[in-house]
Amino acid sequence: MHDKNAPQSHRLAQAGTSPKAGSSLRGLPRLGIWLALLAGTAGLHAQPVPPTAPRQQELVRMVRQDCGSCHGLRLTGGLGPALTREALADKPFDSIVATIYHGRPGTPMAPWKAMLSEADALWIAQQLFAGFPESVKDRP
Amino acid sequence: MNRRHCLSLLGTTPLLLSGCASVAGASGAPADLPLRGTGDLGVVVARATGTLAIVDTSQRTLLAQVTGLGDLSHASVVFSRDGRYAYVFGRDGALTKVDLLTRRITARVMQAGNSIGGAISADGSLVVAQNYTPGGIKAFNAATLELVADIPAAYENGKLSRVVGLVDLPGRRFAYSLFDANAIWITDLSDPARPVTTQLPNIGRQPYDALVTPNGRHYIAGLFGEDGLAMVDLWEEKPRARRILAGYGRGQEPLPVYKMPHLRGWAVAGRRAYLPAIGRHEVLVVDTDTWQEVGRIPVAGQPVFVMARPDGRQVWVNFSVPDYHRVQVIDTTTQSIVRTLEPGKAVLHMEFTPRGESVWISSRDDHRVSVIDTQSFATQATLSIDSPSGIFFTSRAARLGF
Repeated sequence: MHDKNAPQSHRLAQAGTSPKAGSSLRGLPRLGIWLALLAGTAGLHAQPVPPTAPRQQELVRMVRQDCGSCHGLRLTGGLGPALTREALADKPFDSIVATIYHGRPGTPMAPWKAMLSEADALWIAQQLFAGFPESVKDRP
Repeated sequence: MNRRHCLSLLGTTPLLLSGCASVAGASGAPADLPLRGTGDLGVVVARATGTLAIVDTSQRTLLAQVTGLGDLSHASVVFSRDGRYAYVFGRDGALTKVDLLTRRITARVMQAGNSIGGAISADGSLVVAQNYTPGGIKAFNAATLELVADIPAAYENGKLSRVVGLVDLPGRRFAYSLFDANAIWITDLSDPARPVTTQLPNIGRQPYDALVTPNGRHYIAGLFGEDGLAMVDLWEEKPRARRILAGYGRGQEPLPVYKMPHLRGWAVAGRRAYLPAIGRHEVLVVDTDTWQEVGRIPVAGQPVFVMARPDGRQVWVNFSVPDYHRVQVIDTTTQSIVRTLEPGKAVLHMEFTPRGESVWISSRDDHRVSVIDTQSFATQATLSIDSPSGIFFTSRAARLGF
C-alpha cells in the first residue's frame, strides 16, 4: 500500500489530497531527519538537554498510560506493536525516535510532537531500548 | 463453603490462587453478606493494579475490590444474563469470571497472548473473546470457561488478523472486524462444534472498532484508514458491507488521533445516531433510516466515547489526550452542546445507571470516579479508586451488543 517507514506522508495524502505543508523534513532520509531533529532542539549542541526529573516522571506515566492505550500498560503490544526492550532489540534507534515524534503514516501511530519536545522523544526512546521504567506511584 | 470450594480448586488451577487468596481480604466473608439482587451492581476496572472494584449504584459505594486479574489495560467486561457474574477480558489474554455476590473469582483461563474484549451470547451460554495475538476469536462455555470453539482470523497465506469490534447477534452469532484484513466476519456458533463463518472482504481500510444497533440489525465498523464507516444490514438475506458517511473529512488534513475512538456504547437517539469522527474534533450525526449525514457537532477534542443517555435525550462525549479533562453533553433536541464538565484528569470512561439519572465517570489521573446527576449536572458522589478506567453496570446484561 505504501512505505510504512516513510516519515512524513499522511494517511489522507495517500487518498489523493495534498499533504500538509510546513515540514521541511519531508523526503529526507531517516538519518538526516534524526540529525535535523537533534539540531532543531539543541541548536549548536550535539545533544538536546534531557528532560528534568519531574518531566521524566510525567513521561513515564504518559508512556505507560497514554501510549499504553495501544501498546499496553506493560508495553507488550495491542493495536500497536510491543515496545519492550526485547521487541525493540533489532529496531533502528533513530527510526523509533522519529516515529514517536512524527508518527507512522498508514498506521494508527500518531505524531506526538504537539505534546513532546524532541528531547522528550529521544529520552523516551532511550528508556524503551533500555527497558522502560515503572511508573512512580503518583497517588497523593 | 466458598472458602472450601476455593481451596479445592487450588490444586488443579494455579491461576485461581491469586484471586482466592487476595479476595479473602475483602470486606466481610460471603456468609456474612445479606441477600441482595444484582440489578444495581457494577464494576470499575482499576487497570494499573489488576483490580476489579465492585460498586453499588444505589448507595454509590465501593463494595469490594477483587485482585489478581492481571494486566487490565484496555480491559472490558460483559455480564451473565442473571447479572451475577462479570466476565473480564484482560490485555494479557486472561478471561476471568467474577461473582459479584460472593466477590470472588470463580474461574480464570489464559486464553490468548493479547486480548481486547469480548461478548456474550443472548442465551448466556457462550462467552467469546476477541484477540490480537493470536488473531481471532475463541468461544467458551460461560459456566466453566472451557474452550468450545476457536476461529483464527486467517487471511493471506495464513497470516492472522487482529480482531476488533466483536458483538453478539441473535441466534448465537457474532460479528467482528479484521483490522489487518479489511474484512467483517459473521460466525454462527449455534453449534459450537461446527462454526459457520460468513466473510465479507474489502469493507474498507483498517476497521478499528464496531457496534451493532440496539435492534441487532445494523453492524457498523469505523475505519481508520479512510474517511467513512462500513455498514452491514444483517437482516438482508445475503449481508454485504456498504460505505456510509464516505468522505466525512472533506479532504481536509486530519488531526492527530492519540487514542482510537470506541464505538461500543453506541449513541442512538430517536432516528439519529451519533458517531465519533476520526481525526476531526466532531461528532457526526447520521439518520438511521437513510444512513445519510444530517449534521455534525464541533466538540472539544478527538471524541473517544460518544454515548447516549438511555432515554436518548442527551449524548455524552469524552476525549483523547490532551483534551481528556473535559466531558461534553449534547442536547439531542437541539444538536448543541449544553454543558462542558471537568470531572477530573484523564477521563477514560462513562457509564449511565440503568435509567440514566446518573452517569459514572472515571478520572484516571485523579484516581476518582465521579457520580453526576445527568439533569442538574451536580456531583452526587465521588469514589476513590486507583487509576480507574472502564465502568460496567449489570444492566448491560440485558442489552444486545454490550
